[in-house]
Amino acid sequence: MTQKRQSETRMVPVPSHSIVPERDVDKRPVLETRHLGIEFGGLKAVEDFNLTIGKTEIAGLIGPNGAGKTTVFNLLTKVYQPTNGVVILDGKDTAGMNAAQASKLGIARTFQNIRLFGNMSVEDNVRIGLHNQIRYNMFTGILRAPAFWKQEKAQHEKALELLSIFDMQDMADVQAGSLPYGAQRRLEIVRALATNPKLLLLDEPAAGMNPHETEELMENIIKIRDQFQIAIMLIEHDMNLVMGICEGICVLNYGRIIAKGTASDIQSNPTVIEAYLGKRKEG
Amino acid sequence: MMQFLSYLCNGISLGSVYAIIALGYTMVYGIAKMLNFAHGDVIMIGAYIAFCAMQYWGLPPIISVIAAMAVCTALGVTIERLAYKPLRKATSLAVLITAIGMSYLLQNIALLVWGANPKSFPSVVKLGSVSLAGGQLIISGAAIVTIVACIVIMVALTLFTSKTKMGKAMRVVSEDKGAAELMGINVNFTISITFAIGSALAAIAGVLLCSAYPTLQPTTGSMPGIKAFTAAVFGGIGSIPGAMVGGILLGVIEILGKAYVSTELGDAFVFAVLIVVLLVKPAGLLGKTVHEKV
Amino acid sequence: MKINKKLLNNLITYGIVIIAFIICQSMVSTGTMSRSLKGQLVPICVWIVMAVSLNLVVGVSGELSLGHAGFMSVGAFSGIVVSTWLLTRFQMDNEPLRLVLAMIGGGVCAGIAGVLIGIPVLRLRGDYLAIVTLAFGEIIRNVINCLYISFDNGKMHMAFNNSDIPGKLIISGPKGAVGVDKIATFVMGFILIMFTLFVVLNLINSRSGRAIMATRDARIAAESVGINVTKYKMMAFVTSAVLAGMAGTLYGLNFSTVAASKFKFDTSILVLVFVVLGGIGSIRGSIIAAALLTVLPELLRAFSDYRMLVYAIVLILVMLVTNNPMLKTRMVSITTTIKQKIGRKGGKEAEQE
Repeated sequence: MTQKRQSETRMVPVPSHSIVPERDVDKRPVLETRHLGIEFGGLKAVEDFNLTIGKTEIAGLIGPNGAGKTTVFNLLTKVYQPTNGVVILDGKDTAGMNAAQASKLGIARTFQNIRLFGNMSVEDNVRIGLHNQIRYNMFTGILRAPAFWKQEKAQHEKALELLSIFDMQDMADVQAGSLPYGAQRRLEIVRALATNPKLLLLDEPAAGMNPHETEELMENIIKIRDQFQIAIMLIEHDMNLVMGICEGICVLNYGRIIAKGTASDIQSNPTVIEAYLGKRKEG
Repeated sequence: MMQFLSYLCNGISLGSVYAIIALGYTMVYGIAKMLNFAHGDVIMIGAYIAFCAMQYWGLPPIISVIAAMAVCTALGVTIERLAYKPLRKATSLAVLITAIGMSYLLQNIALLVWGANPKSFPSVVKLGSVSLAGGQLIISGAAIVTIVACIVIMVALTLFTSKTKMGKAMRVVSEDKGAAELMGINVNFTISITFAIGSALAAIAGVLLCSAYPTLQPTTGSMPGIKAFTAAVFGGIGSIPGAMVGGILLGVIEILGKAYVSTELGDAFVFAVLIVVLLVKPAGLLGKTVHEKV
Repeated sequence: MKINKKLLNNLITYGIVIIAFIICQSMVSTGTMSRSLKGQLVPICVWIVMAVSLNLVVGVSGELSLGHAGFMSVGAFSGIVVSTWLLTRFQMDNEPLRLVLAMIGGGVCAGIAGVLIGIPVLRLRGDYLAIVTLAFGEIIRNVINCLYISFDNGKMHMAFNNSDIPGKLIISGPKGAVGVDKIATFVMGFILIMFTLFVVLNLINSRSGRAIMATRDARIAAESVGINVTKYKMMAFVTSAVLAGMAGTLYGLNFSTVAASKFKFDTSILVLVFVVLGGIGSIRGSIIAAALLTVLPELLRAFSDYRMLVYAIVLILVMLVTNNPMLKTRMVSITTTIKQKIGRKGGKEAEQE
């Protein structure tokens, strides 16, 4: 069972008050944030966010609705520019970068409200993910130079290979917007993987899935981590999924981290219980 | 110096017309989130109606203006109902193209009804001009009426949106249509009222514009329309004081540019201002920036 | 196979253009084409290229440009200047070569204008972008209206707002280009269409084209996979400007006088009408719409007063039908019933046989 497998990981503390899996402790962390924060018109949506993620860690970001989880993702992927602090991706400071540049450093994501290229085929969606992996310039494309045919073939093969992770290679020609909901979520993951990331961010990957599909997704997330040797960070409300596969978990409330630790640490943490269930009235 | 002051007065007067037109744009944009490209042509229709009322039916100027306002109000509401309402949920590209189509439709209807030959518009303002500083500075009656009209409209609209129930409903609808509907506000009716007010103002603007520049033809409205939109963007779209400030500044810039830089490049000057403003302050002088939700 | 399907689709588009060209050419050589229609051949080619290039911006890149005529005018006037310069300076008599060089010159100038305009414009979105392209179109027209260029023994003189320059005026302010050497030909128009199709269709079906469409469909998702949104919007915008410039050169060299007022806002809208009626994003649709709507008014001269009126109504109706969910379903159900009725009739006939 997946749950058993993850709890075997030993987590060890690193500087910046975080823990990473023992196997990653000597490797450069894929992500490090220091005092990360953003304000919207005076409102501090995220404040003093410090986190380190190990090279092959599966990390969870949880918290009540409106806690600022997606905002953290937007900060990490540079969709928003932080008002305070730094985001270090694979050892490089991302200050002043835009989302496209951050992607080139090796961060990829899915979206809470699915954002596929709906009018295009499933394969084209993955090919767009391969944009910076298999490349040729505009004139090669227009003139149909030999490099064009070679690279197009390479893109086609790579796209099918990536789709086969979720057994979707038969749907390559289907219009992405017409896929069922679950398949659209999986396609978003494939598209993100196509960018050859070092850190994959999944925003509520199990939303709208039934328990069986969720179980399958959990196995797939671990499979992706093992096959690609990357770190994965996910936002999820399904606690079975989070407690089942996440090694380090970070709890956010009102834009601040209220707890960090392993699944068992988090489950027994009184502040976390209070944040989720509210304070018990005295007397 | 006197020369400069006289240009400045002309600029403020022209700018007041732009401001009145810009109010129509800004209110509609604020509520329906669309650029009503046909607004400039409603101005033209208003001017033609007033022209006909005065020339052919011999009505007094005031009655003519009221007639023009009534026709434009009906026209504005009809346009909204027929062409824009069915596209409430469509992309902004689709709505904009429809609005452009509507603008052409109005111009061509005017062309068929009134012909291509320019009509000479009789001034509705019977006031004499005021001469100051021993006759060196002459301000025309039309200019004074225009500026006064602009200020009155501006104050009235500000009071309307802040004090009346309907005005408050408009502000709520522009913030969040869904929530407004849940609160029992009739969103469609509110949008119709907005178009009605904007179009009635367009009629006034048409009459004032043609009193200052008396050539009236089917394309009369398109350029001032575009410039007034520029003014609305300049001031910050959705903001009523913004439309006023933007309109007057734009009018002054246009007149001074024509006078001191180049007559031919007057329009180019206005558009250059628009581009610079949008690049430096995309939300306009008094507008507020909105973040895209991810 | 999907790629073959796309390829087939493109081949059909090329085929339609080639067949239409052969028919027109044979009609011209046998003398069966009316004079007025013959005069329309080059303009048809010009409007087709204009529509296809605008579709690259509106349909493929998803941004509304209302200043396309501006690029056309840059192409027209710079092309005329290049052509005159080649003739006076180098006594180049070879007209097709001069035309090609002029078109390249026109395309390059329009492309430069495209870059200069694209840098500020493409930072904006939606309605703002549309209105600023409109503003730029008007600025270009205003500036050309003040431009005077003359040639004096192969030397070019340029002045702004001042017609007092030595030599023969070739561009004279509001009067526009005068005494132009008419060297545009239908064959060259056909070649330009084929070139445009080659560039646009190949661009769409390539890595760059997919990136352009990705930024149109989901801007933030495109950025998140590492696509430089501005770069690809710019690519579509400038390519479109270059093609419009080349079409402008062909247009300018087809008449003896061309004034800047020919390229006002109405012209941009006319091209937009072609694109919308042909179907936003459909290259073949743009070609057919541009050709038909250029020829129709010639055939229906009696109704010329109502032409723009009809355009306006059709434009509104097309937008309403294609964008309103209720009208759209009703339209679909009407067409299916018609199809069913036809099908039933066909079925009955088959039974009788």
